[in-house]
Amino acid sequence: MSKTKMTAWVVFAFVIIAFAVSVALKGALVTVGAFLTLFIFSFLYKDNPYYKFAEHLFVGVSAAYWMCMGFWGTMVPNLFGKLYPPMVGGVLPALKDNPAEPFMIIPLILGILLLMRLAPNAGWISRWALAFIVGTTAGLNLVRYLRSDFIQQINNTTFSLYISSAAGFDFGQTMSNIVIFIGVLCGLIYFFFSKEHKGAFGAGARVGIIVLMVTFGASFGYTVMARISLLVGRMQFLFGDWLGMIK
Amino acid sequence: MKYILPGFLVALLLLMALSVTAIAQEQDETVGEDVDTLMQPIEQEPPPKPVITAGEDRPNDNGHKLTIYWDYPQEATGKIDYFEVYRAESPDGEFKLRGTSPSNYFEYFDIGDSDENAEDYLENDKDLYYKVVAVVEDGPSSESDVAGPYHAVGQWFHTGKVPVMIAVIIFAMFTIYFIQSARKGKDLFVRPLAGIEAVDEAIGRATEMGKPILYVLGIGTAADIATIASFTILGRVAKKVAEYQTDLIVPCYDAIVMSVAQDVVKSAYLEAGRPDQYSDDQVFFVTNAQFAYVAGVNGIMVRDLPATNFYLGYFAAESLILAETGNSIGAIQIAGTDQVTQIPFFVVACDYTLIGEELYAASAYLGRDPLLLGSLKAEDWGKAIFMVLLAFGVLAVAFGWEGFREIVRVNL
Repeated sequence: MSKTKMTAWVVFAFVIIAFAVSVALKGALVTVGAFLTLFIFSFLYKDNPYYKFAEHLFVGVSAAYWMCMGFWGTMVPNLFGKLYPPMVGGVLPALKDNPAEPFMIIPLILGILLLMRLAPNAGWISRWALAFIVGTTAGLNLVRYLRSDFIQQINNTTFSLYISSAAGFDFGQTMSNIVIFIGVLCGLIYFFFSKEHKGAFGAGARVGIIVLMVTFGASFGYTVMARISLLVGRMQFLFGDWLGMIK
Repeated sequence: MKYILPGFLVALLLLMALSVTAIAQEQDETVGEDVDTLMQPIEQEPPPKPVITAGEDRPNDNGHKLTIYWDYPQEATGKIDYFEVYRAESPDGEFKLRGTSPSNYFEYFDIGDSDENAEDYLENDKDLYYKVVAVVEDGPSSESDVAGPYHAVGQWFHTGKVPVMIAVIIFAMFTIYFIQSARKGKDLFVRPLAGIEAVDEAIGRATEMGKPILYVLGIGTAADIATIASFTILGRVAKKVAEYQTDLIVPCYDAIVMSVAQDVVKSAYLEAGRPDQYSDDQVFFVTNAQFAYVAGVNGIMVRDLPATNFYLGYFAAESLILAETGNSIGAIQIAGTDQVTQIPFFVVACDYTLIGEELYAASAYLGRDPLLLGSLKAEDWGKAIFMVLLAFGVLAVAFGWEGFREIVRVNL
């Protein structure tokens, strides 16, 4: 047996013993959670069998879980429960006496059309359902985005570039308004695709990308801070719930 | 004689004593009368009556809602606790409490249910009568006269959304015009995008290294605009991959996305003249749990060691984990998303990043499809109009015309 294999077996034996001791001392649930957390963290070193085990378990369990959730959380109450409420009376008694909604036959038909992909010679039919889903969403979003990102954006950016109050000239607010106005204008220039970024237009685009990068930098810092809190949560679980070192 | 003076004094004292006693008695009687007066119950006056002035349908909705207005003396608001609003279906019918309004607020928004089976159903075009009660919790309240009939009416047209309608019409006109122009063969210029220029180079690198290409469509659904844009780019990448005979791996988060992606890749292989090389196993479903999906894709990266990674579509918190893993295996990475909060992560961990709308532009640039090119051109014109309106708006405000802001306001 090679040295590498030997080491692997020793580590495996150590993991099994540690797992057994932990189950005896802390119980099965906390132990499983802690070991799976450590297995996932082991990816920081390199890919290894423990990470593979946790990964496959995570992927398999989650796929199965969401499939069940999709059936019991969506299809049963929203489709069967509305098409023919008495059908779900056994599992969801609250829906039993609701009036039937015959229009729900439309999503049922669209769902069946989507499944036609599985039929070798009728796969093209599924495109009708997809076209309906994509087209409807795009149409609804067009109006929504024009309202919030276009009309309302113009309204919010239409302000005075010179602010004064009873106390006199308000330098801070004036600068803030000027920066927002120039930032929005130059950002739009950057996202203008019909013209090369050259000359004065290019200068505007460069200012636009600087504004964008400053915004991204702020967003990056803010989000990293939130991610650190997730790490802290895991550490609290390991050192608190599992090892009992944090009270 | 010697008894006259003492007798007089005694008589005087007696007289004085009698007088004092009489006065005291009289005063006692007066005080008693006063106490009796105070002990009598006070008749508290009721507050003034509210006067219902109007009952108006709420505009720009499907009906089932009314606003009731009333007048009330301002100086009397301190004497009452609140108003109660009652509604009935006839002047003599049973008035039911609809709700309350603070003592200094002289209107009530009566929101009924639109479902006729609901208990709170408020029928459109039906005569409804209201009365308002000025309530004093520890005293008499006063009630307005019954007012009505008022009607709730549904509107077909939402006047507050007229600016949106105008924007939609203008945008649709631009889109149709540019699509027609593109179909007639007019050359519509789209400036080169660094990320897209690098696509061929990245595919070539993978081919030279004999390693696969990983294409991640993100965690969006097939209806997300970013995912739709990504499908077009996937088609282009898959066609190149088929021509170069390189392996392509497309792990999917959503079953419908997988279904569409399979179609796209299959069509691309067919277009490249290599349908035999296509396999459904190239485009597969992983799971639709966000971090399990990340764990799965990371596993694929470290085991299959792709030379090129594409992350194009809708991404959330998994973006940095994916991009960092890709970076650690030395893959060339091209990313793009319209999720503003995730772009910074791609910027720091990827070689090229398509920022926001560049992702949509990339799909048009690569596809050269008249539909996409026309839409992109229309968007550019929309942005030009935006900039003009913005500059005009700032000038208008500077010259004191605040009315401009009202023109570009959406009243929901």
